[in-house]
Amino acid sequence: MTKKPSATADKKADDSVSSASPSSRAAINQQLGKETRIDLFRTMMRIRRFEERSLRAYQAKKIGGFLHLYIGQEAVAVGCCSLMGKNDHVITAYRDHGHAIAVGMGVNELMAELYGKATGCSKGKGGSMHYFAPDRNFWGGHGIVGGQIPLGTGLAYALKYKGLKGAAMAFMGDGAVNQGAVHEAYNLAALWQLPVVFVIENNGYSMGTSQERSSAGDLAKRAEGYNMAWGTCDGHDIYDVRAVMDKFLRLAREESKPAVVEIRTYRYRGHSVADPDNTYRAKSEIEEYRRTKDPIQVFQNTLVAEGVLDDALIAQIDQAARAEADAAADFAEASPFPTPDDIQKDVYWEADHPAERKSQGRLFFD
Amino acid sequence: MPVITYREAIRHALAEELERDANVVVLGEEVAQFNGAYKVTEGLLAKFGPKRIVDTPISEAGFIGMGVGASMLGIRPVMELMFWSFYSVAFDQILNNAANVRYMSGGLINCPIVIRGPANGGTNVGATHSHTPENVLANHPGVKVVVPSTPADAKGLLKSAIRDNDPVFFLENTILYGDKGEVPEGEHLIPLGLADVKRAGTDLTIVTYGRSVLHSLAAADLLQKEHDISAEVVDLRTIRPLDIDTVLKSVAKTHRVLIVEEQKPFASVGSQLAFMIQREGFDELDAPIHRLTTVDAPAIYSPPVEVEQLPNPQRVLKAALELMA
Repeated sequence: MTKKPSATADKKADDSVSSASPSSRAAINQQLGKETRIDLFRTMMRIRRFEERSLRAYQAKKIGGFLHLYIGQEAVAVGCCSLMGKNDHVITAYRDHGHAIAVGMGVNELMAELYGKATGCSKGKGGSMHYFAPDRNFWGGHGIVGGQIPLGTGLAYALKYKGLKGAAMAFMGDGAVNQGAVHEAYNLAALWQLPVVFVIENNGYSMGTSQERSSAGDLAKRAEGYNMAWGTCDGHDIYDVRAVMDKFLRLAREESKPAVVEIRTYRYRGHSVADPDNTYRAKSEIEEYRRTKDPIQVFQNTLVAEGVLDDALIAQIDQAARAEADAAADFAEASPFPTPDDIQKDVYWEADHPAERKSQGRLFFD
Repeated sequence: MPVITYREAIRHALAEELERDANVVVLGEEVAQFNGAYKVTEGLLAKFGPKRIVDTPISEAGFIGMGVGASMLGIRPVMELMFWSFYSVAFDQILNNAANVRYMSGGLINCPIVIRGPANGGTNVGATHSHTPENVLANHPGVKVVVPSTPADAKGLLKSAIRDNDPVFFLENTILYGDKGEVPEGEHLIPLGLADVKRAGTDLTIVTYGRSVLHSLAAADLLQKEHDISAEVVDLRTIRPLDIDTVLKSVAKTHRVLIVEEQKPFASVGSQLAFMIQREGFDELDAPIHRLTTVDAPAIYSPPVEVEQLPNPQRVLKAALELMA
C-alpha cells in the first residue's frame, strides 16, 4: 500500500490547503521553468526531511546542545536564497539549517556538524547554531539574538565599498527586533544607504513569548522611523516570498537602498527541541497551521495545479529527500570526532599558518 | 630621527597603511570632520577623503559589528573607540563575533579588524570612562591585545596590527598622546608579541606595559639614585601574544619580580603573569612575586586622589622597596 505523499508527514493531506497565489503572476515567478519550480519544491522537502532526521538523532542523543528546527518555515529560506546572485550574501541567526541547505551546503557536512564530527562544516567546532559557508556567500549561523544584524550590515558595507552590485540579506527572528544592535544596524544602513535587506522571519514567538507580549507595533513598519522601505509577505507561499523579496533585493542591488521585510511564517516545533512547547500556545494552533498553511503542501498543491508535479514525482522527491537525510545521518555516524589536538586549531589565522606568522610570543596559555 | 608625539606616531601609522592598502578604512566617532576626539586622525579626511575616513554615529555595537562583518569580506577596518571604556556596549560584537567567528566556522572566516582607542584612568573622568579592559579582552582566545607605551612602539605596533589577519585590539592612552619620542620614518614594523627591555638592571625586574612603563622607569631612576638598586624594566608591549621568554630571561638575571599595571587586581594581566613566572621560573625566584595595581575600587573622580589610586612613581618605588626588603 502506498501512502498519499504529503509534506506534513503522516498527516492527512487536506484539500482545504490553498494553492492559488496572486504572486505566482509576478515576473520573477512567471519566468521560472518547470525544473526550477521542482527544484524549489525539492529543496523545501530536503530541508524538512533533514530536520526530521536531525530531530530523531537528537532524541537518540546523537546531538548535543540545542537544536532549533526550521520545520514550517522552509518557504522563507528557499524563496529568499533562490533569488541570490553572485554578489548577494546571507547571514542569519541560530535557526540556520534551512538557509544552509537553501544556499547549497551539503547535508552530509551539516549533519556531521550536528553530530560534532570532524567532517562537519565547521569541523565540529560550531554546532547547530553556527553553520558557515563563505564559498556560498553564507556567513552564519549566529547564536546571539540580533547580534548578526550588524555583521550583515557590514557585508553590505563591504559590497558598497568595493563597488559591487549585490545585496546582503540579514535574517532575524521576530524576537530580535527589540535588540539594540538591530536598531543601530537599521540606522547605519539607512544613513549610509547600504544594500541590505533585513528579513524578519516572524514565526509569532520569540522562544515562548508571543509577538503581542514582546513587541509594540508592527515589526517591519519600524523601518519608517529610519526612512527605510519595508514590506510584508506570506511566508507560507514561496511565490509571495520571492515576489516581495525580489522587489527589495533589486532596490538594494540597483539603488543601494536598504529595506525591512517581515515574512509571516510559523514553526511547528518548539523554540528548540528542549522546549516542551506546552505553555504558550495551543496544540490546535499548530494543527491548524499544518492543516491549512503548510508551505510545502501549499507549494505542492500549486505545482500540481500547474501541472508541474504529479503524485509519482512527489513521492520520488520525498523518498530521495528521506534517503538523503538518512545517508547524511549514516555519514555523520561513521565520521570521526575531532581530537583534543584539534581544539586549538582554527583559533588564530597566524597559529594555523606558522610559516607566514609575523608575531612572536605565546598565543595560547595552558 | 624625527621626534614626534605618540598621537602623531599613530596618525603616521594610519596614513601609511591607508596609502599602502586600499582595503584599509578608518571608522569611528568624530574621526573625520572633527579630526578626532583626541586629534589622532587629524588631517586624514582631507588627505584620504570620506570613503576612507568615516564618521560614525554614537553607536558602538552597530558600527563595530558592521566593521566585523565588512572584515569577513576582506575589508580591513580600523575602528576607533573614542574610549575603550565604551567596549561594554559593543561587547557582543567584539568578543562573541570578532573573537569567535574564525573558530566557529572551522577556520573558514577571518576577521582582520583593528579596534583602537585610549584605555586609561588618570584624567578625572570617573569610573565609566576609565576602564582598562586588556585583561578582559586577552581572556578571549582568537584576539590579540596591544598596549604601546612610546611613540615609536605605537607606530610600529599599529602598522603590524593593521596587517595582521586576526582581530587586534589596540589600547592607547590619552595621557600619552602628547608625549614625544624618536620615531623612524616610513616602514617601521614591530612584531606583535615582542617585549622590549626599556631599561637594563640587575637587582629586580619590573614587568609592566602602557603608561605604567613610564612610572616604572621614573621609579627605577629613583631606586638607582636614592637606594643604589638596579631595576630592569621590561615593557610587554603586547599582552596577547605574550613574550614570556623575555620576562623569564630577566627574572633569571635579577631573581626578583615586581609587576606594575594599571589594572584592578582581581584576575588582572599581572595575575596571569605571576602564575606563569612562578610556574616556569620558580627556581629563579628569591622572593615572592610582588605586584602594584590600581587601588581596588571604581575610578575615583577627585583629581589629586586619582593620582594615588593609579600606579605612579612613588607607589612603584614603595612597592619595589617592599620587594627588596
